[in-house]
Amino acid sequence: MLKRVHFAPSVLPYLLVLPQILITLVFFIWPASQALYQSLLIQDAFGLSTEFVWFENFQNLFADDLYLGAFERTLLFSALVASISMGFALILSAMADRVIKGSGAYRTLLIWPYAVAPVAAGALWVFMLDPTLGILTYALTVMGYDWNHKLNGNEAMALVVIAAAWKQVAYNFLFFLAAMQSIPKSLIEAAAIDGAGPVRRFLTIIFPLISPTTFFLMVVNVVYAFFETFAIIHAITQGGPAKATETLVYKVFNDGFVGLDLGSSAAQSVILMAMVIGLTVIQFRYIEKKVEY
Amino acid sequence: MIENRPIITIFSHLVLILGVMIIAFPIWITFVAATHDSVRMVQVPLPLWPGDQFFENLDQAFNRGIQGGLNLGVSMMMLNSLIMAMMIAVGKIAISLLSAFAIVYFRFPFRMAFFWMIFITLMLPVEVRIIPTFQVVADLNMLNSYWGLSIPLIASATATFMFRQTFLTIPDELLEAARIDGAGPMRFFWDILLPMSRTNIAALFVILFIYGWNQYLWPLMITTDRDMYTIVMAIKQMLDAAEQAPEWNVIMMTTLLAMLPPVAVVIFMQKLFVKGLTETEK
Repeated sequence: MLKRVHFAPSVLPYLLVLPQILITLVFFIWPASQALYQSLLIQDAFGLSTEFVWFENFQNLFADDLYLGAFERTLLFSALVASISMGFALILSAMADRVIKGSGAYRTLLIWPYAVAPVAAGALWVFMLDPTLGILTYALTVMGYDWNHKLNGNEAMALVVIAAAWKQVAYNFLFFLAAMQSIPKSLIEAAAIDGAGPVRRFLTIIFPLISPTTFFLMVVNVVYAFFETFAIIHAITQGGPAKATETLVYKVFNDGFVGLDLGSSAAQSVILMAMVIGLTVIQFRYIEKKVEY
Repeated sequence: MIENRPIITIFSHLVLILGVMIIAFPIWITFVAATHDSVRMVQVPLPLWPGDQFFENLDQAFNRGIQGGLNLGVSMMMLNSLIMAMMIAVGKIAISLLSAFAIVYFRFPFRMAFFWMIFITLMLPVEVRIIPTFQVVADLNMLNSYWGLSIPLIASATATFMFRQTFLTIPDELLEAARIDGAGPMRFFWDILLPMSRTNIAALFVILFIYGWNQYLWPLMITTDRDMYTIVMAIKQMLDAAEQAPEWNVIMMTTLLAMLPPVAVVIFMQKLFVKGLTETEK
């Protein structure tokens, strides 16, 4: 944590941390404490009077079917995004780990979507699945399926899941491949000599050995699905149709900025904050600890 | 390779090629859309092969934008995005270098308190404190300015941790030697620490540039002045306009332009990118 040898005490270290601490205080800690405080207030519809109500906002939220619905939807959405993008990435990285020639080229071709802005990823997919013009919609129509995510909630959900998962494959692929390539070749060779085929080796050696990476990626993907996908949802479905794609973060934004229900929006922020803190603690406490074999 | 089984190898290649095609297909379609005129882009089925309108669309996206949208070319927005991304990346790196230096090389009261304060920022993504942060920025008169776009985003726990990690691996003997030669703290920082952290700085810069360029919610909230819009925001406005007038050729050209700089950075600086990505996540 600290160097054994260090500089004599002076005012300098305070000046060095000052910019970082100032920005943290003004733009992070102060607003967060404001959100905490506002979550305990209820404002009337015209913003004329405010009342301190303790935890009434929270009680209202947990009695509100719309909020609970958004909660469930967010969990489903995160689970879908995480499992689809991780599953896809796992298959591809297992294959890339096997091939000797061209694995670098495959890596280049697979990792660039990481750099695509979420809203751009949304634009790509909403264009391909546009109900009247989309090229995939056309293909689906030929196959006899009528796609319209502007009317069908499940299809809207599928659209945002696909766009979000597509972008995240790159990240998962990179980490899975790195984990697989760090497994000692002698282990794999020993298993091969004992007669284990490629599938058996993957299931009994490679997959268990990369489990810390898998766990880490699960946390990262859930955080991604919670927060960074806001842009996709905001740009292509606006939470609709009929709230079918309204996630928790979208609801915070919508209730606060559009609905102007500040108390409820702040209470939702506080709940989200608690969830992020939980995820961060999990990430720092359990990741990097080796899973027992 | 452990055993020589050509069939499995061929199978692996096939799966990978299929994977690459699935990943790249949306971009191909986008590119194709950006090379046709708006008349062709409303006839079902849409083309799968490029047309000859690429430069006309480029010109329109760059200089004029679309009717019913902003009627505004994206050249100014790309410049805004570039300035914002650079300010965020450079700002984050600068303040994180300084605070990591203080925390690793000095013993002073409240050192750990500062460390934990920086750590907390990790747990407060902008999405959970949108409204109060907006309030603060409005009170500081920073709406519609480059400062407002970048400063609130430049506190960084991950960058501070990464530099702390880097500094801890630098041998103590260097500091002892520097002190014997009479170097003060800032001299040591400039002449020894900075040059030794060069690769880490570059790797972090790549990641942070992408992060900054792709910001969406924050610029959307604090810019109301058309001159301050960023290109990532423009995509949203064009998608809204597409409900009435679907000029997909121009919309997709704009999307391509928005993706180009960060994707180019990933492809051409792949080594640094991979290093940055894997080291900041620790």
